[in-house]
Amino acid sequence: MKGLFIVSGLGILAMLAEIFKVKKVLLPMVLLGILGAYVANFMEWNNSLNIAAFGNMIAFDKVAIAFSGVILATAFFWFIMANDYFENDTNVTDHFALVLFALTGALMLTAFKNMTTLFLGVEIMSIPLYVLAASRKKNLASNEAGFKYLIMGSFASGFLLFGIALIYGATGSFDLMEIRAKISGTAPGMMPMFFYVGVVLLLIAMCFKVSAAPFHFWAPDVYQGSPTVITALMSTVVKTAAFAAILRLFLIGFGGVSELWTVILAGVIALSLVIANFSAAMQTNVKRMLAYSSISHAAFMLMVILANVRSNATLGALLYYSLAYSIGSIAGFAVVYNVTKKGDESFEAFNGLGKRNPFLAACMTIAMLSLAGIPVTAGFFAKYFVFTNMIGTHYKWLLILAVLTSAVGVYYYFKVIIAMYFKPAATEEPVASEMSVNMVILITSAITLVLGLVPGFVVDMFAF
Amino acid sequence: MLTGLLIVLPLVAGLLVFLVKGNGARTLALGASIAEFILSLVVFMQYKTNPNFNSLSLNCNWIQSLGIHFSVGIDGIGLLLVLLTTFLVPLIILSSFQTQYNKPNAFYGLILIMQMALVGVFTANDGFLFYVFWELALIPIYFICLLWGGDDRARITFKFFVYTLFGSLFMLLGLIYLYNHTAVGGGARSWAIQDLYNAGHSLNVNQQSAVFWMIFVAFAIKMPIFPLHTWQPDTYVTAPTQGTMLLSGIMLKMGTFGVIKWLLPMTPLALEKWGGVAIGLSVFGIVYASCIAIVQKDYKRLIAYSSIAHVGLIAAGILSANQQGIQGAVVQMLGHGVNVVGLFLIADILVRHTGTREIEKLGGIRNMNGQFAVLFLIILLGSVALPLTNGFIGEFLLLNGLYQYSAYMAAFAGLSVILGAVYMLRSYQSIMLGEKPNNAMEFGSLAVSDKVVLIVVCAAVIAFGVYPKPLNDLAEEGTKSIMMLMNK
Repeated sequence: MKGLFIVSGLGILAMLAEIFKVKKVLLPMVLLGILGAYVANFMEWNNSLNIAAFGNMIAFDKVAIAFSGVILATAFFWFIMANDYFENDTNVTDHFALVLFALTGALMLTAFKNMTTLFLGVEIMSIPLYVLAASRKKNLASNEAGFKYLIMGSFASGFLLFGIALIYGATGSFDLMEIRAKISGTAPGMMPMFFYVGVVLLLIAMCFKVSAAPFHFWAPDVYQGSPTVITALMSTVVKTAAFAAILRLFLIGFGGVSELWTVILAGVIALSLVIANFSAAMQTNVKRMLAYSSISHAAFMLMVILANVRSNATLGALLYYSLAYSIGSIAGFAVVYNVTKKGDESFEAFNGLGKRNPFLAACMTIAMLSLAGIPVTAGFFAKYFVFTNMIGTHYKWLLILAVLTSAVGVYYYFKVIIAMYFKPAATEEPVASEMSVNMVILITSAITLVLGLVPGFVVDMFAF
Repeated sequence: MLTGLLIVLPLVAGLLVFLVKGNGARTLALGASIAEFILSLVVFMQYKTNPNFNSLSLNCNWIQSLGIHFSVGIDGIGLLLVLLTTFLVPLIILSSFQTQYNKPNAFYGLILIMQMALVGVFTANDGFLFYVFWELALIPIYFICLLWGGDDRARITFKFFVYTLFGSLFMLLGLIYLYNHTAVGGGARSWAIQDLYNAGHSLNVNQQSAVFWMIFVAFAIKMPIFPLHTWQPDTYVTAPTQGTMLLSGIMLKMGTFGVIKWLLPMTPLALEKWGGVAIGLSVFGIVYASCIAIVQKDYKRLIAYSSIAHVGLIAAGILSANQQGIQGAVVQMLGHGVNVVGLFLIADILVRHTGTREIEKLGGIRNMNGQFAVLFLIILLGSVALPLTNGFIGEFLLLNGLYQYSAYMAAFAGLSVILGAVYMLRSYQSIMLGEKPNNAMEFGSLAVSDKVVLIVVCAAVIAFGVYPKPLNDLAEEGTKSIMMLMNK
């Protein structure tokens, strides 16, 4: 809870920084603030049960704290990485404030107890991102990305609101626990028809937010058009928050009507796996490829939800996946950001990186191996936990599909590795990278390996 | 502890080699691999005196809540394959001394890390750990083939990688399925091999069949067995010689070893139901690959196909699931590993001395270098399983075991002996005997490192052929314990 206050306070401070001309200390201040938020967040770990605030609108229980931790850690690395992008920009304070507000929304999404908080969280997180996506004002692609994101995102918000309204109509409450009680108090299938419509609308809205197929059409364009650092933010922090929200919404709120949404979700996952992996394999632009890859990872995370088992293993699996994916992506995007500074975002930009900057190439290899799910990186265990969760359900065909498409996934991740080590570079000119960014890349790569070697300490977090 | 050391030593040495610049790398790598061989001999002695010796196994928690342990240990069959690995890796490193590779530190470092993973596969006693080592072995060999391979390597190595990864993921699913059934009786789930065995036995025949095929696909791709072999010839030909040696000499045995230790005892019912189909595929692969080998023009490709034929026989022997079949397979794995490394080195020597591997463009080498001709002949005879060479015992036991399963299958598989002699002897005749194809061709004396490797291989061929007892005893004992696990 304190973490949420600190981050929103930081956002306001960042806006004030413009007035007081303290731009120089802005980054250290933000980093310290996030660190503080992280610590404050985990301080609540031991007495986290049953702390509800604002009339039971929001509660930072263990699940919320753990996911907030992932988000804050990712954000910390993200700020260091994005720093030199903002240095070239005059509006650094605005940007920092926007990102911090998006973070606030993300933190709310991990902890909502009430449909209104859910909606507020989604909007607080999304609106700054619309602006950030379009933040390269003179770039056509960036403007297109922002506009597209805004239109599509508004659609999703509309679905979300409509769904909430219908559910309110059927159950008479916005409160998750009350909705749950109402469902379990009614005989199966005896809720009013529009209740089920509401659940489906909510599912669609959330699938929009995590860009699962067939609601993914905005993702490739937005990922490609936005500045790389913003893309990194979207594919890590936003994803984690959205999944924390889905977990809460469907496993707690709508766990009682799972026959309805699991069927739809299974279709969504199957489509996402196939479309994302085959489309990614055909891309020539790295950022577009990563956009499709994020869709495929979304499908994997949705599989954990689909298993619909309310257990510590489920929580552990989703948390671990978010962490592994976020950390791996930050490392990957940081390298992409450095390599594509000249504007070329195709795979050719990576040619000969093994010679031009061996450090970046090695870290990119680790990131790609992790995203592809090769042992002993974090990405492998992430997939492993999904498999163990899924194999007990009767959606075994989905597992087979996941395995088949993962093999396709290796193709496009390895395309990057092959380009780096195997293709001759057009120039021998070394790729420069800043010390601070190097540190981020080094630390995130190291975490990727460490998480793979000792996955226990994340998974066992919920073993109480 | 000792077994843990066997895994750690190559890993540490491999990482050190990465840091060394220039030719120091290969000297260090050779030294480390010889040290590893000596260490494995110590383990062998220890095992001979007392198989249950404490220091031979290591078991500590890795991820407690999931029942995953870092558990390694030595058993008869595993020990033989560890010995094979540690025996071959120094030879493989030595065989590279005549070739200058770019970035030798990375090349030798990767070989040693590969060795670490291979030893891990052969000693793992925990299903999860086995899978991790299995996958880890893939990464160094992928980079070895990709960075130092021949033409069109990106596409070919990639096919190899996807093929094997694809198989491994299915194996992972199969193992997870077993793991989910280990909690019988309300205990915690566990990846320990004994618990997986029990879980396998508790399944009915249909469940076992599903597990059998999921896991078998992974092993069949690695070996490879028809029709999953299409990655193999291209990869063998394109990979650098040392990569090919690792692939065919050792990595292929991961598949056959996996079937013996990780498949047969888990799914006995499925084996009864589906073993015939799997044997049929293996036997068909033998004849098919032998026929293709006969018409090959490239000597390296010929060996690649001969390897498919050999491994087909090994797989058929294992799947016939009787004492002779499995024991023969183990013995033949050792023999084939040694011989194929020798043969691939010969192919490499041919290229270095004459610039070509094409059988028709070679000839009359015997007159130019008699020593080479003799060494070549010995290895070749081992490969066609002449009595008193290392190939004979294994092949004899394999055919015997297969005959007990089905006389027809054995008859078909027996063709491999005849066809093998055909393509091997014909290629020898064409390459070594007869007249020089043109007068310009020269074939000087062998380099010392090549000579050492060939002589060691020949010594192994003969020594193991004449006096197989120590290794054969281990194989027999290991097979007996597997048979017990299968309740036969």
